[in-house]
Amino acid sequence: MEAVSRVELEIADTLPRAAPEADAVRMKGVSFRYRRQNERLTSLKEYAIRRLQGRVRVREVWALRNIDLSVRRGEVFGIIGRNGAGKSTLLRLVAGVLRPTSGRVVVHGWPVSPLLEIGAGFHHDLTGRENVYLNATLLGHSKHEVDAQYESIVDFAELADVMDEPLRTYSSGMTARLGFSVATAWEPNVLLVDEVLAVGDQAFQKKCEARIEAFRRRRATVLLVSHQWSQVLAISSRVAWIDEGRIRAIGDAQEVVTQYAEAAGGG
Amino acid sequence: MLFERVLRLDSLALGGDAGVYDSSRLPPAFLRELYELVRYRDLLIQLISRDVRTRYKRSVLGVAWTMLNPLLMMAVLTLVFSQLFRGDIRHYAVYLLSAQLIWTFFAQTTTQAMSHLAWGGPLITKIYLPRSVFAVSQVGTGLVNLVLALVPLFLIALLSGASLTWAVLWLPVPMLLTACFALGVGLLLSTVAISFPDVIDMYQVLLTAWYFLTPIIYPISALPESARWLMNLNPAYHFVEAFRAPVYGGAAPDPGGLLVAAIAAVLALAAGWFVFASVADEIPGRI
Repeated sequence: MEAVSRVELEIADTLPRAAPEADAVRMKGVSFRYRRQNERLTSLKEYAIRRLQGRVRVREVWALRNIDLSVRRGEVFGIIGRNGAGKSTLLRLVAGVLRPTSGRVVVHGWPVSPLLEIGAGFHHDLTGRENVYLNATLLGHSKHEVDAQYESIVDFAELADVMDEPLRTYSSGMTARLGFSVATAWEPNVLLVDEVLAVGDQAFQKKCEARIEAFRRRRATVLLVSHQWSQVLAISSRVAWIDEGRIRAIGDAQEVVTQYAEAAGGG
Repeated sequence: MLFERVLRLDSLALGGDAGVYDSSRLPPAFLRELYELVRYRDLLIQLISRDVRTRYKRSVLGVAWTMLNPLLMMAVLTLVFSQLFRGDIRHYAVYLLSAQLIWTFFAQTTTQAMSHLAWGGPLITKIYLPRSVFAVSQVGTGLVNLVLALVPLFLIALLSGASLTWAVLWLPVPMLLTACFALGVGLLLSTVAISFPDVIDMYQVLLTAWYFLTPIIYPISALPESARWLMNLNPAYHFVEAFRAPVYGGAAPDPGGLLVAAIAAVLALAAGWFVFASVADEIPGRI
């Protein structure tokens, strides 16, 4: 512990550090630019030909422009906006998947815990057990950590009987349960949720919600992205409304959602 | 010094429980990629064991398939070519199979590196992973398969009367050099193939040409004298020769050839790693 803080002090001497406040996520003047060809070219041959003809035009798309926001520790922060407004890009910047074109993203509580899309990172020929290990290590956990959590992962997913069966024999609901169970098996510092997950049946959805709620009570930070404002309103304390890559409004959940709903014509 | 550096990386941006991520103060890309790969080593092991297991799980013949595949290939080629090169090559089966194995390792690994990154595509747009993990795991899988395939190779060598000597202890050297070379090439190709999937098909055409331009099924003496020096420019020739010498020739690889192979391996790996690491953060945006 002491050794760690000494190292941090050393760094403080040499580099300007991010202020050690309680903000879990802080974005300052963050912009992100995608470069896209005028048409999506997926063939190198075609690309080369068009290039020679001078017909490749690179279009710059600013997915986000000059975003300033900070999310306090233990806060459930919602991000709303239409499809393509830049919500998911914002989440990817926080996850470290993308790096800002300009500006700065600081996250305290790294690594963050993303809730994956159903089935991402699963392999159908492997058994449930093997998939648990594969999926958890994809999320950055060590084998040792998975060993320790394995029982509780299986229990939560309610799949103890079929863990040695190949995943292709699972129903989509079962796969989804396993995925959620792995993703949330470890207490997150910062939980990223892209669109509220509809996982499994009603009873299992209740369990999922209860688990996220428990994380929140234990001061985990939750970043939630959705285009359905009702879901965001239900659990967020503050909300940012993103429109065409810019923040339209930010603040109290009720207020921002009301503005958004009015603009969207009742959502 | 190194330890300090690692600690610093850790506390700066990259991990640890009380970790902080700061997008404007990340370490140099090639270093960060390496550091993260080490941190995700358990994922690497999972990916390799997954590939090895799924490969053998679905085939009825199980592990025997590994042995059978190159053997069938060898049988066919031996049937066709041993008459052609009669007199030039004794124990043609061993001559061929040894080269065939190391070539297949290279060809498969580099191809799989591309398609495997594509498999990881949906993931790496959502979560952070060291993107090189896909290429590196394919090299690992290839090495496992290659080691398994040594068993039939040795058997054939013994059966055909080409005596095995202690020189086979040299084999890990050309294997590792080829692995480095394949990783470098695989990483370079991946950076292009992620935007243009047709590169994988084009590469297959190139591989076929490269295969026939390398003395794998024929002896180098089959080439016209004036063209033989060209082989010095073909890195595959040196990898194949370095791998073949201990098994077929019963002798240590030629030092000069080994040196060329080593230089090619280091250059390819360095180039592949730097290029891949520097564009790694753009990959999710391109998918």
